[in-house]
This record gives sequence, C-alpha cells and structure tokens, in this order.
Amino acid sequence: MKEEVRNLTTQLAVIGSGIAGFAASIFAVRRNIAVAQIGNTGAVAYTTGYLDLLGKEDGSPAAVIDPWQALDTLAATQPDHPLAKIPAADIRRSFTEFTAFLGECGIAYGKPQDHNVTALTPAGTLKQTLCVPATMAAGPRAYAEKMPCVIIDFNGLKGFSGRQVAANLQDRWPGLTTERIGFPDMSHGEIYPEVMARALEVPATREKLADLLKKAAGEAQVIGLPAVLGMHRPDHVKAELERLTGLTIFEIPTMPPSVPGIRLREMFEQVLPEKGVTLIPQQKVTALSFDSGAATLCLCDSFGPIRLRAETVILATGRFLSGGLEAGLTGIREPLLDLPVTQPESRAHWYCDRYTDSRGHAIHRAGIEIDSSFRPLMTGGRPYSERLFAAGVILAHQDWIRGRSGAGIAIATAYKAVEAAERFLSSSSSS
Amino acid sequence: MMQEQTIATEVLIIGGGVTGAGVMRDLSLRGLHTLLVDKRDLCAGASGGNHGLLHSGARYVSNDPHSAGECRQENELLKKLAPQCVEQTGGLFVAVEGDDPGFAEYFPHLCRQVAISCEEIAISEAKRLEPHLSDRIFKVYRVADATIDPFRLALENVAHASAASGSRYLPHTEILGFEIADGEIRAALCRDTRTNSLLRVVAKQYVNAGGAWAMDISRLAGCTDVNLLYSKGTLLVSHDRMTRHVINRLRLPGDGDILVPGGTVSVLGTTSVRTMNLENIRPTVAEIDLNVKEGAAMIPALATARYIRAFSRVRPLLQCNLGDDDREAKRGFALLDHTSQGLANFCTITGGKLTTFRLMAEKTADLVAARLGNNEPCTTTSVPLPDGEACRWTEPGASPKYWYHANNADDMILCECEMVPQSAIDEIVKGAPGAEKEMTLEAIALRSRAGKGPCQGSFCGIRICSYLYDRGYYRDASGLRHMRDFFNERFKGQKTVIWGQQAAQMELAEALHCGLLGLDTLEEE
Repeated sequence: MKEEVRNLTTQLAVIGSGIAGFAASIFAVRRNIAVAQIGNTGAVAYTTGYLDLLGKEDGSPAAVIDPWQALDTLAATQPDHPLAKIPAADIRRSFTEFTAFLGECGIAYGKPQDHNVTALTPAGTLKQTLCVPATMAAGPRAYAEKMPCVIIDFNGLKGFSGRQVAANLQDRWPGLTTERIGFPDMSHGEIYPEVMARALEVPATREKLADLLKKAAGEAQVIGLPAVLGMHRPDHVKAELERLTGLTIFEIPTMPPSVPGIRLREMFEQVLPEKGVTLIPQQKVTALSFDSGAATLCLCDSFGPIRLRAETVILATGRFLSGGLEAGLTGIREPLLDLPVTQPESRAHWYCDRYTDSRGHAIHRAGIEIDSSFRPLMTGGRPYSERLFAAGVILAHQDWIRGRSGAGIAIATAYKAVEAAERFLSSSSSS
Repeated sequence: MMQEQTIATEVLIIGGGVTGAGVMRDLSLRGLHTLLVDKRDLCAGASGGNHGLLHSGARYVSNDPHSAGECRQENELLKKLAPQCVEQTGGLFVAVEGDDPGFAEYFPHLCRQVAISCEEIAISEAKRLEPHLSDRIFKVYRVADATIDPFRLALENVAHASAASGSRYLPHTEILGFEIADGEIRAALCRDTRTNSLLRVVAKQYVNAGGAWAMDISRLAGCTDVNLLYSKGTLLVSHDRMTRHVINRLRLPGDGDILVPGGTVSVLGTTSVRTMNLENIRPTVAEIDLNVKEGAAMIPALATARYIRAFSRVRPLLQCNLGDDDREAKRGFALLDHTSQGLANFCTITGGKLTTFRLMAEKTADLVAARLGNNEPCTTTSVPLPDGEACRWTEPGASPKYWYHANNADDMILCECEMVPQSAIDEIVKGAPGAEKEMTLEAIALRSRAGKGPCQGSFCGIRICSYLYDRGYYRDASGLRHMRDFFNERFKGQKTVIWGQQAAQMELAEALHCGLLGLDTLEEE
C-alpha cells in the first residue's frame, strides 16, 4: 500500500512541545495566527507546576526574593542572557497572559507578583518561584505565617516522606508535623501519584479520603499532601476536599514525572486542538527546509507522512533531554538544521569537578545564538532565515537549572518569538 | 580535644581493601581477634577500582611468569571456595590486524610453561561466541579467566571474620600515628573522619594493608623500607554488557585492551599514567577517549556504546619490580616484616593484585600468627567463604530475584534501575559489615547495587533518602547533605562520560537535584 503524503499549510509551525512550545502556540492562537505544533510532549510532564522566573542569583547560592530587580542586575552583568534582552514589562505580560490562559482552561494559577513565592519541595527544602498553581498556594502562605500544619503522606507512595519534609523544616516551622495514612482502596503495595490523582476525580474516593484527612489533621487547620488532587479538575477536587474536611489543603510537588506536569500536558493536548491548533503530538520533525515562499517540514503521524508548509517557524526543541541539542564525543550540535552552537572549547570543559557547584556547569550555557528578533544566527551573524525564530532553553548564555529560570525563559522568549513572527507575517501579507 | 576511647585487640589491620579483609578472615579463622580500620570504607582504593577480573594468569605469562602461576592457582581456588563472588565467564585473547603475529604464535608456549590452559579456537567459533568481535581479528585463544565482585568478596571476608572470632570493622577511621617504645608499636592513634573523635587502638600486632597508601602508613611508624611508585589507571563502564567472556587483546599490555563483563555491564580499561598524587584521582576526557579508541579495535561497538561511568584508581607498584611500562612491571606482592626498621610487631603487605589477595593474606597471616605464637595453620585454602545474608546485595541481577521470590508487594523497589527493594536497605543498615546508625547513602550503595544503573543513583538517591527519614535513621538536615554528597560522589565517575543519552539523563537529574530540591544551595553544618 502506498502512503499518500498529506499536504498541510499554516502560518506558524511550532516545533517542540515543552513549556516554550505550548506557550508559543497559546500566544499565537490569542493573536489569531494559524498554528501547527509538532513534538514529543514528554518534557512538560517533568515540570513541577511551579513557574519560575528567576529564583537564584547567578553564581551564588543566594535566593532571589525580587525577580524584577534581579532582572535589572542580569541585564547589567549578563547582557547576552535571553531574559536580559526582553523588557521586564513584556516578561510580566507574558506570565500574566500564560497563567490567565491556564486558568481559563481549568488549572488556576496565581498572578505574577512583585516578589517571588517561597514554595515547598518534597525534600523539605524551599524554593523561590514566581507563580504557583492554586492547588499549591496555601503551602507558601502556611509557611510564611508558620501556621500549625500536618504533612500527610501515604503508605506505598515512595519518594515522598512527610517525616523528611518536617525534619528539614522543623527549626523554621515548629508547628509542622506529619501523619501517614493509607489511600482509600489502595491499602497494599506500591501506589502511584497519577493513579491516586485519577481516583480523586471520583466523589466516593474523595469522601473516603476526607474522613481520613480529618482524623489525621488533629487540631491543625491546614494540611499538605503530595500533588495528587485530581488530574483534569484539580481546583474542583481541592475545593471539594476542603468542603468535606473543613480544612485548608495544599499540594507539594512529587518527583517527576509528577501530577502537576501531567495535568498541564493533558490539558494542552485537549484544549489546544479545540482552540484551532493543529497539534501533532509525539512526532518528530525529520526535515526542515526553507525557500523564498515558506518553510517545509517533513514528519509522519499515525496516518502517514505529512508535508507541512509554514510561513514562519518557531524552534522550541529544548536541550539534551528533549533532543533540541545533541552532546557527542566531539561536541554539541543542533540536529535539525545544524545551526551553529555556542559551546565550551572542548568536552573537558563541559562540567565543573563538583556536581552541585553553585556556579553551574559550562555545558548549560551552550546553545544557539539569536538576534533581537529572536532569529537564530549562522556563523558570521546573519539570520538563518527571516522565517525562523527560536524560543526556550535551546538559547545560549543561560543556565536555567542554576538560575531557577526555566519557565521564565520558555514563556518570555516564546512571547517575543511569537511577536516577531507576527510582525513578519503582517509585513509579508501587506507587501 | 575530645576524650579518646581505647579499643584492645590482638591484631590491628589497617586498610579495608580485599587484602586487609582477607588478612582479617585468615587470622580470625586461626582464632585471633582482629580490628580492621579504613579511612574511607571497604574497597575504596584499588580493590574497588579495577576490572573485577579473576585472572587465569595468561595475562602475565610474557612478563611475569611467577605471578602468572600464582594467578592460575588462586583462580582455581576462588572458583571453588567463593563461587558466590565469581562468574565463570571464560576469557578470550584476541589478536587484531596490526598486532605482532609472532607474539600471537608464541603465546600458547608461554602459557604452557606455567601450566596455564590455553586453547586456540577458530575465528568463526570466536565470532559465534562473541558476535561483537571485530572482523579484523586473526588469532583467538580461550583461557580460564573469570570475573569476581571485589565488594562482595571484601564484605564476605569481613562478615566471616566477625562470625569466627568476633573481629570488628570500623569504616572512616584514619591512622594518625603510632606510639612506639622498646622496638614495638604499643598503640595506634586513630581519628573518626566523620565525627573527628579520637580512638586509641592497643594491639599486639599491627598489619599495614594500606595498598597505595602503605608507604605513607609505614612512615607513620618510622619505617623507610616501603618504596612505592603509583600508577593511575582509568576504566569505564558501559550501560550494557557487551560480551559474555572476558576479552583480552593478544599483545603486550597496552591501553584499553581488556573488556570484562560485570553482571549487566562491561568494564573497559585501562590507561596507565605515573602519578605522585593519591587523593582526588579523577578520570580525564583524554583517558576516556583513548580507552574507547583502543577498545573499539577489538569490539567496534565500543565506539558507539553508551557509557554510564568512569573511574580511576591508583595501584601501588613496588620499585624493585619496575619495567619500562608500568603495566609491564612485575605484579608480585611484597610482605615486609620491618625487623630491619627496629620494629618487631609491624608488617606491611602491598603490591599484588585482586586475584592473589587470598595468597597475600595467607603469607601475612602466617607471619603475624607466628609472631603471636599461634600455631594454627591457614585454612582459607579449604574452608569455603560463607554466603552472608547482608552481603548478597552487591551482585548484579540478584536483587530482582530475591524480591520476586519473596513476593511481598509492600516491599517497594527503591532503586528502579537495579531493582533494590526497601528490605535490602533494611538488611544492610541492620547487619552489613560496617553498618552503623546513620549510614551515608554512599555506604549503602557500596553494599548494594543501588545507584549502579543508568541513572547512577539520581532517582534512587532521593527515594532511599526519603526511606531513611521514614525509618528514623535520618532526623534532620544532615540527611539531605548525605544525599547531596552521594550525588557529588557519583558525579565524579560520570563527569567524563556525559554524552549522548547520558547528557539527557544528567540534565534531568540536575534539574531535579538543583532546580527543584536546591541541593546546590544547602547550608553546611
């Protein structure tokens, strides 16, 4: 049987399905740009749900309390950093627009404020982040006010220990205690956050859990749980459990892939096609070329090969984990277009000796170069194509891990890349 | 200064490599009480940093026939008496185009001279046995090489010694100096490197089994007759097991010419560089690349294999044994009784190799027992090494078997790569040699397969840490520092082999450890 090549056309093709790719599609849809998005959506499931902008000072262990002020410092000390190239007002707008969209689609988020939120981690450490999901918001509040609080964990749920959280916060939060309970109807063997979350979509499970939670809470009015409060309607599940127990409840992220990440992925996959995005998930673009009229992307889905003609392209393919960059014995390359990658001189310079060195590793600052319109550059400084833009952590001169800036870079650069693509589209249609 | 504690024993053994552990067992079986100390932990030096190869002896027939003969004899003994530590893989010697055909022809003759069995096999047969072998091989011999797990070997030796005579093992206990009077050592002053508390050990005999550190230790006792040079070797561990047999290059020893299977992985090495430095020995990118290039001549798939780890260790070479290349140096061992240095109750055992550890221990124990007037003969040539419950977790592929057999759904798997369950952690914390109340994750990993798989502990480190909090072994922020230290320690072995899929693995690990958990910002104690 011969497979017919299907020809599709779009104004914008987004390659990549991490936070940057989804943010780009969302910003484009809201600007009435026709979008097709292609890529493996795995990486979103690795997010914790926290949306960081800048959480740690560069090269030091110091936490950033005011990320907007830290952006000013960044602009002065690291002018090549992608966030240093974006006006703070645009960054704030990008977060506001992105989180508002998530809220409209059923996952409510706090708006970006003037200061970071001090959020909880499953290890009992604290983390500075800009926006937290509504299901997690009461945790930082309870911590800030040192309210009596019980962290609940579950028999059979490994990698999340209430004792660990309490042991590490006890000196700063004396009212924090912990209780272990069995999850309703899953009293034996290993249990998984994803399964628990789906079970809590069912009212009967919530009622059983609520009884257990009330007993475990004792005198406390606030309880923290691993992030398992439903998959598709987390805000509803949380509200229902709070109604049934009369307690304030918050979630703490678990080890990835965690429920808050899977929630985002499933929501994007469901909502974006409804909003008109041609979403081709779990597929890889095998070839990308440009001619004077458009870009051509080759890929396959389960129905066969697709040839997609796009007026503009946003490359948001991520780093090593997502395949946007490849680290080989002799160097780092960008596999789709073989774009030049700014990188350390040799493999011997990729990593510091100490893994947790707070200065971070040079390999993470490798990436592709862009101009002020977020167009990838070739050696010599010319844009690869006037139709090609890039967003997310594939960009050079940032260390999103040490900077606690992954979501910030993804969302803000996607915003700027879409803005630039929109400018190109309107100038080419008017000419 | 903290109050020092005093412990009395008959024999203090310094150095928890396989030799020290072997001496401990041998003496204990003769009814003597011993104390073994190591400044780090079991197999922290060359014992834990080698191929894990139980030599047939064929490797040494060209330059050190005496050692070759000792290897043959020990190989046969260990296969019989410590089968739980040995995998009888068999070994192949392969000559690749460009290697000296004269040497390849002469090789069986050299083997015969020391009674080492060596059988030529057809190229087609070799390819059938090992499909990854290069098409450019022209001569293949089969020998009796096997693999041995040095960690389990050391653990079982210590466990047997404890059972036989109540002997003890103390990890992270460093020798600071000796009290000497009237031609005898009266006591050894030690420091617990974790707590800084001092310990005075009063023994009748003192054995220095410090391996590469033996010269430093002997000098603390004023002895100047231990003269060592240091050779740094770097090896790397592949994600998959590449061959069933041990594969040796049929030529004079060179870089990257031995590939040894180890359960589910293979170990390739080694390079050899003279060094003056004993601490903070790390692999370099150049050494990795050289091993991969040379190894690929025998097994081309090594050029594109996924590697999960590299490690370097220093082996001590006796100055009297040296040749032009450190790998050609004679690999015999030396037992020095230090009477020429005016000491009657101190000896040093060093040099040698993993395969001959038992023989080294026997010779040392003979001297020590005679000095104590103990006439019991050595029994390690006939008494099997018992299979200790808490020592069995280092064997690759064994934990899934135990776990499946026990069929307890509540016993959750903490290390998912190597399938190490909670019960293994419990057993180790309770009863493994060197177990203590607050064990580091490194100490647990040394006694199990935890952290040895493709994720190199980045996920199970978190799960095991949580579990130790759950069980009340960790009670404050020091547990997180143990977790961070474990990741830092594992990283030393990962740093030079992060490319391909490992780069993706590392990015995820770092995002989790630093980005989410903030282990890069932990406060020090």
